[in-house]
Order: sequence, then C-alpha cells, then structure tokens
Amino acid sequence: MSEVPAAQPHVRLRGVCKRFGGVLAVDHVDVDIESGIVHALVGENGAGKSTLGKIVAGVHAPDSGELWVDGRRVHYGAPHDALAHGITMIAQELALVPARSVVENVYLGVESHRAGLVQRRRIRQRYDALCADVGFSLPADRAVGSLSIAEQQKVEILRAIARRARLIVMDEPTAALGPTEIEQLIATIRRLRDRGTTIVYVSHFLEEVLAIADTVTVMRDGRVVRTSPAAGETPATLVTAMLGRRMDQAFPAKVFPDDAAPTVLSVRGLSVAPLVHDVSFDVRAGEIVGLAGLVGSGRSETARAIFGAERLDDGTIHLDGQEIRPSSTREAIDHGIALIPEDRKGQGLLMRRSVIENVTLPHLELVTKGGVVARNLERRRSDAVVESVAIDRAKRAVAVETLSGGNQQKVMFAKWLLARPRVLIADEPTRGVDVGAKRAIYDFLQTLAQEGMAVVVISSDVDEIIGLAHRIVVLRAGRGVDELDGRIATEDDVIHAAFGTSVAA
Amino acid sequence: MTEQIVASVDTSKPTAMGRLRTRLVIRDYAIVVSFLALFITLSVASSAFLTKANLLNLLDQSTAIGIIACAGTFVIIAGGFDLSVGAIYALTGVIAAKMALQIDPVIGLALGLAVGVVAGLINGLIITWGRVNSFIATLAAALVIVGTASAITNGELITVVDPAFTVLGTDKLLGVKYSIWIFVVVIAASWFLLDRTQLGRYIYAVGGNAAAASLSGVRVARVRVITFCLSGFAAGLAGIIIASRNATGQSDSGMGLELSVIAAIVIGGTSIVGGEGAIWRTVIGVLLLAMINNGFNLLNFNPTYQQMVQGGIILIAVIADARARGRLRAA
Repeated sequence: MSEVPAAQPHVRLRGVCKRFGGVLAVDHVDVDIESGIVHALVGENGAGKSTLGKIVAGVHAPDSGELWVDGRRVHYGAPHDALAHGITMIAQELALVPARSVVENVYLGVESHRAGLVQRRRIRQRYDALCADVGFSLPADRAVGSLSIAEQQKVEILRAIARRARLIVMDEPTAALGPTEIEQLIATIRRLRDRGTTIVYVSHFLEEVLAIADTVTVMRDGRVVRTSPAAGETPATLVTAMLGRRMDQAFPAKVFPDDAAPTVLSVRGLSVAPLVHDVSFDVRAGEIVGLAGLVGSGRSETARAIFGAERLDDGTIHLDGQEIRPSSTREAIDHGIALIPEDRKGQGLLMRRSVIENVTLPHLELVTKGGVVARNLERRRSDAVVESVAIDRAKRAVAVETLSGGNQQKVMFAKWLLARPRVLIADEPTRGVDVGAKRAIYDFLQTLAQEGMAVVVISSDVDEIIGLAHRIVVLRAGRGVDELDGRIATEDDVIHAAFGTSVAA
Repeated sequence: MTEQIVASVDTSKPTAMGRLRTRLVIRDYAIVVSFLALFITLSVASSAFLTKANLLNLLDQSTAIGIIACAGTFVIIAGGFDLSVGAIYALTGVIAAKMALQIDPVIGLALGLAVGVVAGLINGLIITWGRVNSFIATLAAALVIVGTASAITNGELITVVDPAFTVLGTDKLLGVKYSIWIFVVVIAASWFLLDRTQLGRYIYAVGGNAAAASLSGVRVARVRVITFCLSGFAAGLAGIIIASRNATGQSDSGMGLELSVIAAIVIGGTSIVGGEGAIWRTVIGVLLLAMINNGFNLLNFNPTYQQMVQGGIILIAVIADARARGRLRAA
C-alpha cells in the first residue's frame, strides 16, 4: 500500500456544492478525510450526508468546488473514475448477482483470464489470499443470494478490496442488520482500518457511529456544522449539533380546530408486519397531525395500511365513528381517504400522460357516463381543481414530466380534490420542490384542514412537522413512542423522541 | 417572493422543455411520414399498386393481423405481451370447423369466438393471480393451445363444405368483403375504447405506472385480465374469419402470427414497455408491413430480402423508442 504523507489528507473537499432541483443538498462543504481512519458523516434525514458520501465516491459530480485525492485535484465523470483513485462505495442497496458464487461476485469484471478463458484456480488463490489479508472467512462457492445481509456486505467489501480500494464509503450499512450482525460489521470495519483502509461511514445511528468512528462530521441543511474527534462527542452533543437553528422558513399561521371538532380518523393498535407495531392515534376534523420519525420508522407503512395498500395484521381503523377495513385502495378512496405517496415519479404520477388524465384518474367515475369519459365535463371539473392548486391552466394538456417538481407535486394534490376526501395523508409532501412551491403546499394543507378535512403529514423535515402540525405523533422502529402538542413542541423534542435519546442537560 | 421563485423556475425551462416537445413531435409523426413516403413510392413505381383491386386485396390480407394487433395494443399498453394469439387463432379455427361439421356452421363460428375469450381469460388469471410474467405465461399457453388444436385435428385439415360456413370470409357488402368491414369496425371500436372510455384510461395508467395506478384506486389486476380477454377475443375473431375464408380448420395455421402482430404494433410506435401508444399507430404499422409485402410482389423484388427489410424496420422502430426514452430521462 502506498502510504500517504501524514500531513496530507486522503481526501480534501473545498467549497463543494450539489443542487437537486430547487434544493441545495450540499452547500459549500469543506472537509478533510484523513488516511486510515473511520470518518463518520452524521445528520438528520436530508442533511446532505449521503449526498456528500456519494460525491466522494464519484456517484454524484459536484456542481462546484474542488475535490482532492492524495494531494491531487481530481474530476470524476463516473464512479469508475473514483475507483481509479482507489475509492469506492457500498450503497444501501447492495449490487451483487444473487445467483452467482461469492468468488464470482468478488471478481466480477476483474477476473484473471488468459486468452479470454477465466482461470478458476488462479482466481481461487487470489480469493484465499484476499480473505486471509482482510481476515474474513466466507464460503467461496456459496451463492451470494443464500447469504445473510451482513455476509453479503462482506462480499461487497471483498469486492472493493479486490479492486484495490483504499477508501470505502458506506451508506447506512447497518440499516438492514440485526444487533449481532452490526457487531460483526463493526469488527470488520475496525480490521479494515487497521490494515490502512480509510472508511467514510454515513449513518444516523449515533451510538453506532460513536462506537466505530475516529472522526465525526456533523451536517445540517447541507452544511458542515463541525468536524471533530469522536472521542469528544456523546449522542447528546451530536444531536444538539444536528439541530442548530435554521433559516426561517415561512409557514402559514396554525389555525387549531375547535375543541368540539369531531374525531374523523381513529387508529388503534395498528400493526403491519414487520415494520409497524401497535400504532394508535386520532385525527380530528380540521386538524393537521404530523407523523415524525426516522426513515424506516414505519411512517409510510402506517399510511399505506390506512389507505388499504398494505394488509393490516392487527388493529382497527374508524372513520367518523364507523369501523372500516379497507382491503384495497379503491375501498379506501370510496370511504374518502386519500394518500399522496412520497415517491412522486415511482408511485404518484403517470409521467407521460397529461395533467388532466392524472387529476381525474382516482375519480374517473365522476366524469364518466356509461363507461365513456365525458371530455367536456372532465375538462371543466379538472380545470377547477388545477386552478385551485395554482397550476397554470395552459399546462393542463401537457405531459406531467414536462412540469417542474413543484408543479408535479401540485398535480398530486389536485388528484384528490376532485372529490373532497375526509382524510388526506401526505407523505413527504415537499420533497424535491423549491422554496416557493413549498410555501404553496403548506398553504394548501392548512386551507384543506380549515375546510374540515383531517390531514396527516408525514415528513422527515422536522421543521416542517413543527411548522405545520397541530399535534405530532413520533414513531421509532415501528412503534408510536410519543405524542407532542404542536403548540409547544420543539425540534429538540421531536428529534430526541425519534432517536430515542434523552434530552441533553 | 413566492411568485418570483416560481416564475424564475418556469422561465428557465422553456428552451429545454420546448426542444423535448419538438423531438417528441418528430418521433410521433415519423411513422406517418414513412407510411406516406412508401405509399407514394409504390404508387409511382407500380401502376398496379394504386388500383381498387390491389388496395382491397392489401386490406383483406391485413385483416387477421390487424384485428389481433388492435387488441394486442391494449395488452402492450397495459404492460403485457400476448404470445398465444397465433395459437388461439388456430384453435378457434379448428373448433369452428369441427363444430360446423358436427352441429351447425353458425354455432361453430360462435363457439370459436367463445373459446378465444376463455383462453384470454385463463391467460389473464395466470398472469395476475399466478403472478407469472406475461411473456412466459402466454408462451406456455401457446404450446398447450396448439397441442389441443392438433389433438382435435389429428394433424389433418378439417374441411367444411357447407356454404353457410364461408359467408363470413368470402361474401361481400357494397363490393367489399365482410372481413374488411369487420376489420374497420374493430379499428373504430378499439380506438373508441382506448381513447374515450374509462377502461381505456385505466389501460394507459396500468402500463404507465402500475404503482401509481393502484394508489389511485385502479384495480390493476382486473384491467390486465380484461386486456388479455380482449386479445383472446380478437384472436378468435380473426381465427374464424380465416377458417371461413379458407373453409378449413388447420392446427398449425397461426405459427409466427404473434410475432407479426407485435412487430406491427411496435413499428407503429406503441412503446414496448407500456403506458404509451395508440390504435391509429397500430393500424399504420399493420398497413406498412402489408405494403412492404405488396411492394415486393408488385415490383418483382426477390422475396428473400423481404424478411430482412421487415426486421430492419422493426429494429429502427425499437431503437427510436429506446432513444426517445433515454433522452427523456436525461431531460
């Protein structure tokens, strides 16, 4: 291994920026990653830690700023350019060929061969040497698909080392692991570090980060708050740094429902194996309830279960006092429940169809006579809702994919306004939209609530939850762990409940 | 402040989005231009092309593929494939002929149609309930169905001499064969269904984004099953028309038909990944293929090259579709 002079960091980032649509995900970041250590990147959901990791690994190219590796300025065009500098990434979703053996996966694309023939014996020798070097024992001939996730991660690590990687970026590597597997992974990472590999460890599990990292960089809103030795940090100091105070974001004034407002949606003991266990909450007419929690805490699954898109294993749902058990989205919609899913492109919209077609899809029966779409009626009714969400009427006939992210999100709202739902659940309603459209969406939500709708907002953006919600239900690991009053709850309360840390003294 | 930001985002878009739209328009109508160019070329090159007899003949030869391709367009837009249409076409012809001999010609033809719908229904249920990829499910179904057809015929032709059986495929109305009239009606009905009805909307939604369709309350599986039923019905209809025209039922008559059908749909510009397409495109695709064959005959070109030309055109159509998709992702 070529040693890097101690004075020179392995990777140096200077003024690095990365924008996605209207959002500055990484904002003028300066970080030095020293050689041969475990350097953790922590922050809330959306703080930019994952994006920064991907910039280091060449998955994303920065929009501006400088990237230096081993003291040389580099420009990556693609991940394999980063690999040429000995840098690679192990993503959250592993990229292995499940039906092929461990050896084949490790050397995929870099097989020893002579005259086009793969030299199995030579590869096997290299594999054994590699395992001895890294200190792993993995069955060489087992199909990767039959291994546990932790073992599959080891295959990814071997693959990285086989490609002479000297720096490995790991993005939330423990997200899918159990406690013993996490210990194994931590031991593996220590072993790699001890043989000189630099690890960039992206995670929001603070205990774990403190157990493993030498240096921690805390990020907030795309910026670096501080980079400091892990030995000087505790979960509480990290959380405090992650919170900070942000630029004021304009939220509409909260209008709380009457004390007499009836309960519209009542969820009791909701369970959806394996992600949601015994979640209960109520939403009253005119109320906005925020569902807060980390990614993977079961918020979206809770919403999908209420919407009939996920099978309920246990629990009851009451709508206006009547028990309902929607077994399909159609039934839920007919009961007056609406869901705006988090993944606009994947689950929300028909990107290549017109705004009108998207808007009328859930309630086509309202503009259909004898199975035939009454196009004038459809245009009139959809115009009304398209205008109510402030999309230019001239855009109604264009394909949704040609609209900006903010306008696409508004189409998602318009879809449900053709027939006023009783309950509107919005999952990450402002993801990937610019500041102006954000405010417009906050205004809709507040207006809809004021008109008597029961609104549930799911968001990873704690500011948004605090700014919008009348009441906040916090989920952690699929359980409802706390319920906070939107009048007095602070960001700290929500984050501490979500992370399960006690409030710092 | 709010307005300003929204406005600035919008004004930065028109150039890129405008270019995108122009490209889509070019791609949209390239097939029409090709069709017209070939039509004019053949009209000039051969005096026999632009005659009533030849054009009617061209349409008559297109009826089987055309009828099946109209329904096949539903299947492909909904995100599926039906490779069993050739087999269903053969089986319905065989059953119609067999029943015509044993019971009655008209009952035979009706039964043939019913068999097509049932075969489509079974396909649809296997694909949705059984969660089998439609490509594989209908490939397997095709083998079973052709096997059934040859078990019925023992590998021989079933000839029907009763003139009532051949009315459908050979008689004329206003100088035009019934089969062509039926083709025209199928085109009109398919266009109406896809473009004007609730079911048509659902077909686009299911193929364009099944997850979004499902979260919008569309019963995705039901829509898919219906498309396969329609496809089976169309294959059955084509099967009885041709059996009637030839006065025979033959178990291997549908070989390779499914590929011509898919080729015609794809050439027209309907996307093979679903969610996009139109009946008029399929009709143009069917007629373009028929014109190529017709042109080779009229101009005395070596028929050896006919398949090469067809294959080349299919490739061009698929590449154009893939490139348009790639650009959209980039944009």
